[in-house]
Amino acid sequence: MSYFEFLSQYGDRLASGTLITMLLTVLSALLAIAIALAMGLMRLAPNALIRGVATVYIEIFRGTSLLVQLYWIFFVLPLFGITLEKFTAGFVAVGMNLGAYGAELVRGAILSVPRGQWEAALALNMSPAKRMLRVILPQALLIMLPPWGNLMIELLKGTALVALIAVADLMFQAKQINGSTFLSAQTFGTALIVYYILARFMITPFMRWLERFMTRKLGRA
Amino acid sequence: MFDWRWDFTWEILPRLVAATGNTLMAAGFGYALAVVLGLVFALAQRTPYRALTLAVREAVEFIRSTPLVLQIFFVFYVGPQFGLRLSPWTAGMIAIGLHYASYLSEVYRGGLESVPKGQWEAATSLNLSTARTYFRVIIPQALPPSLAGMGNYLVGIFKDTPMLSVIGVAELMHTATAIGSETYRYLEPYTLVGIIFLAISLPTAAGIRVFEAWVRRKLGMS
Repeated sequence: MSYFEFLSQYGDRLASGTLITMLLTVLSALLAIAIALAMGLMRLAPNALIRGVATVYIEIFRGTSLLVQLYWIFFVLPLFGITLEKFTAGFVAVGMNLGAYGAELVRGAILSVPRGQWEAALALNMSPAKRMLRVILPQALLIMLPPWGNLMIELLKGTALVALIAVADLMFQAKQINGSTFLSAQTFGTALIVYYILARFMITPFMRWLERFMTRKLGRA
Repeated sequence: MFDWRWDFTWEILPRLVAATGNTLMAAGFGYALAVVLGLVFALAQRTPYRALTLAVREAVEFIRSTPLVLQIFFVFYVGPQFGLRLSPWTAGMIAIGLHYASYLSEVYRGGLESVPKGQWEAATSLNLSTARTYFRVIIPQALPPSLAGMGNYLVGIFKDTPMLSVIGVAELMHTATAIGSETYRYLEPYTLVGIIFLAISLPTAAGIRVFEAWVRRKLGMS
């Protein structure tokens, strides 16, 4: 079978898998951003208990594998009465895992906003919430955007693992097609190229654009 | 805790500990391969041949931005299609070694670029060969700034070994899944796997930070 015959026969399955992969990436990215913000801010809280909760969360999710977390959420959590549908379990696991890595980026970026900005906000009698939202976070965002670009690619790669709990993403479709045709080079090769295109020609340019957009927004262009 | 059976826990613990040995071995072999290949990738990008630099650069980018689990499948299944049969261990080590070599090459590249240009000029004026310059002058200075990244990826490779279970390498995750399907109990095996991972990766990460500080002190860098 030529490669074009292969593509015309299995192309639509690979395309539908790609759509699921993109959907998973977007959903788990949103979850990861929310968790990263919450945990990153909690890590800086004055209250030791709040700091402790965030530290435990971050260490657990960074200290074990995404695959272990995914299996735990999918196979063990139902025993505690929390049954997630496989698609939900998939993006929740990826989002929670990458959120822990993101939390450290948030914390680092907030700490690297110059001291004078905190003092100026204090001198202007801003409330702590307003200081964080209006002065510190926007500047921290600009500092942490470049490492978030890498994290987003890690996240895309992480979504491939959900194929192992049978979510029909790109990886899963490739596995199924390989199982019935044994055309491994074509199936896995095509899937690799699609992941590469998503990472290099969609996520990376988007993050670059976001960096430029934020720089302009903050009047630093 | 809820429905946790301690007798079952003690029964399966020896099997999981034995499998942890395999996990550590996979991480160790994979890392050794990655450390060496990564240096090859990094040095190949510093030769005067632009075509080679570009080719290696693209290959590194490609490997870095595609999922490891897919690469593991690729290496394992593509071989037999062309008559080359690899054992799960060999295929797994090649895939994970290549993946982390591409990460490490970026770490080395950063380290090598942080060595001041004057060091090269000094080595040239002393008439040192390129190999001698690299091994006696440049790499020793590039190493300390690379250590943090190298340490992170050592922990990283350890945490990625569960992916080898997909092609049947009998590491920790594979054993836990096997126990689960034999006994229909997933709570204890998967939770224990998580605990074992934490128990190894947290002290290792802390140890690496101490080691890094020690190297810096030794070299008089801080």
